[in-house]
Amino acid sequence: MAEITRDDVAHLAQLARIEMSEAELDKMAGELAHIVDAVKSVSEAAGPDVPATSHPIPLSNVFREDVVGHVLTPAEALSGAPDADEDRFRVPAILDEE
Amino acid sequence: MSLNELITSSASALAEKLAAKEVSSEEVTRAHLDRIAEVDGGERGVHAFLHVNTEEALAVAREVDAARAAGGDDAAALHPLAGVPIAIKDLIVTVGQPTTAGSRILEGWMSPYDATVIKKIRAAKLPILGKTNLDEFAMGSSTEHSAFGPTRNPWDLDRIPGGSGGGSAAAVAAFEAPLALGTDTGGSIRQPGAVTGTVGVKPTYGAVSRYGAIAMASSLDQIGPVSRTVLDSALLQELVGGYDPFDSTSLTDPFDTLVAAAKEGSVAGLRIGVVKELGGEGYQAGVEARFHEALELLKGAGATVVEVSCPNFQYALGAYYLIMPSEVSSNLAKFDGVRYGLRVLPKDGPMTIERVMGATRAAGFGDEAKRRIILGTYALSAGYYDAYYGSAQKVRTLVQRDFEAAFAKADVLISPTAPTTAFRLGEKLDDPLAMYLNDVATIPANLAGVPGLSLPGGLADEDGLPVGIQLLAPARQDARLYRVGAALESLLEAQWGGPLLAKAPSLTAATAATTEGVK
Repeated sequence: MAEITRDDVAHLAQLARIEMSEAELDKMAGELAHIVDAVKSVSEAAGPDVPATSHPIPLSNVFREDVVGHVLTPAEALSGAPDADEDRFRVPAILDEE
Repeated sequence: MSLNELITSSASALAEKLAAKEVSSEEVTRAHLDRIAEVDGGERGVHAFLHVNTEEALAVAREVDAARAAGGDDAAALHPLAGVPIAIKDLIVTVGQPTTAGSRILEGWMSPYDATVIKKIRAAKLPILGKTNLDEFAMGSSTEHSAFGPTRNPWDLDRIPGGSGGGSAAAVAAFEAPLALGTDTGGSIRQPGAVTGTVGVKPTYGAVSRYGAIAMASSLDQIGPVSRTVLDSALLQELVGGYDPFDSTSLTDPFDTLVAAAKEGSVAGLRIGVVKELGGEGYQAGVEARFHEALELLKGAGATVVEVSCPNFQYALGAYYLIMPSEVSSNLAKFDGVRYGLRVLPKDGPMTIERVMGATRAAGFGDEAKRRIILGTYALSAGYYDAYYGSAQKVRTLVQRDFEAAFAKADVLISPTAPTTAFRLGEKLDDPLAMYLNDVATIPANLAGVPGLSLPGGLADEDGLPVGIQLLAPARQDARLYRVGAALESLLEAQWGGPLLAKAPSLTAATAATTEGVK
């Protein structure tokens, strides 16, 4: 079985910015190990000569003319914000200490 | 038309009656709103809708009726589906109605813009009945992962309607809407279609703009139609499809022969490939029985049935459950309590933005969303990237090659849509892996970008529940699905003596009886 510890999950949760209780971390570690076991056979499926596919229908260089268009007004863009001030999103402190 | 006919008619039949002024759009729209009021709410209601858009829907219906009454250019300019009501999966953003994605993190959020498909629906004047339920951010196969409670299957209210688009499929199966839009990342249109006895299509990747569909896994997501007949899905895909400069993955190919193909409906001389790997072990006996009967019908109508092998499909589920969560972990990073939706402040300690994000996402996301975000974060992390995400992308190439080889031998491929009929609510909720297996037959199409259609194949002997038949065609050949799908549909309906949904139990008794009990 894949080795995924509670500390591993705590680290992943920190990277993903999701606060988790001790109980959640334990449960998630067990579930992740099971899921990873079920999917890890993919690493044996393809040899080094097989190219990766990231997009199902090949398309390249999708550009448009560089012209200014109307998308959203500042008021529209801020309409769903939890907090806003003078046409800006307002957030708590970005640094730990100020 | 009787009230019952107004809600049980196909969209194309309603369109004809509307054009002939035998019925008004207001009558049609009101009949569906009444049906929603009758069967959707209450303790044991279908619960297909998260929001009902009564006033706007009636206003649009009256506009269509006025244009038709005025005659002349106004009437002539109307789209053939003008006045036919539609329901929208709540993953697609709409101005004037909330969009939740089935998540607490977006509860109460109002989009400042319309999705491209919504703009097209508004321009064609289809009254929007409301927004339908889904697994949170479209992550699930049962609609039980909705933060707002599950949807029930109209065939048996104790069973799941499939997912993630269980709300759209159930609304159409319960005669609450003749048409709906869904999204399909690994089967979220087709599998709900299969278990509710409705039609659902995942178009070719890029055939319908994804602008305004809240992204789950961007390289797999596709918007598509949900309906009760193959022709109705063709009508809807032609309406919402086509090139859109707002979606950089949008295809410039015309998809304008879908309706003609559905009306033509033929299989004579066609090679139909049975995918060896999509059947047998793990597939319910009643599903297999209806599937093999469908093959016999197709042979009888002049098709040649050949067996094809897609050996790498065995890795498709694994590759999907690495690629999809990886993209999910990236796409859902934007829900951080800054620009939209929920913001939760930590109970104690320093009030930094990072801690606000952690508290917001802890409170706003449900278990399955968290599970997939963490899994994706794991698959993309240093040391595992090559073994998991990198390998999964190679499997994607192998799956595409399998499709190419299969389509060299067959014009369309066929399989059961889902391995089982609808399971009971709660049955697989605590077993993520068992839940993921529902998508085993639908996922290969998303990995390869090819189109897939599910249509009703009959009822399984052991439980009397709907079975879905899936057709797959090469990329850009969506018309082929509609041609074959319509032919198979008419062969099956000739056998049943009418549409499969005519066999569904009466909902008014089932939902009303228990609503009384609750009072």
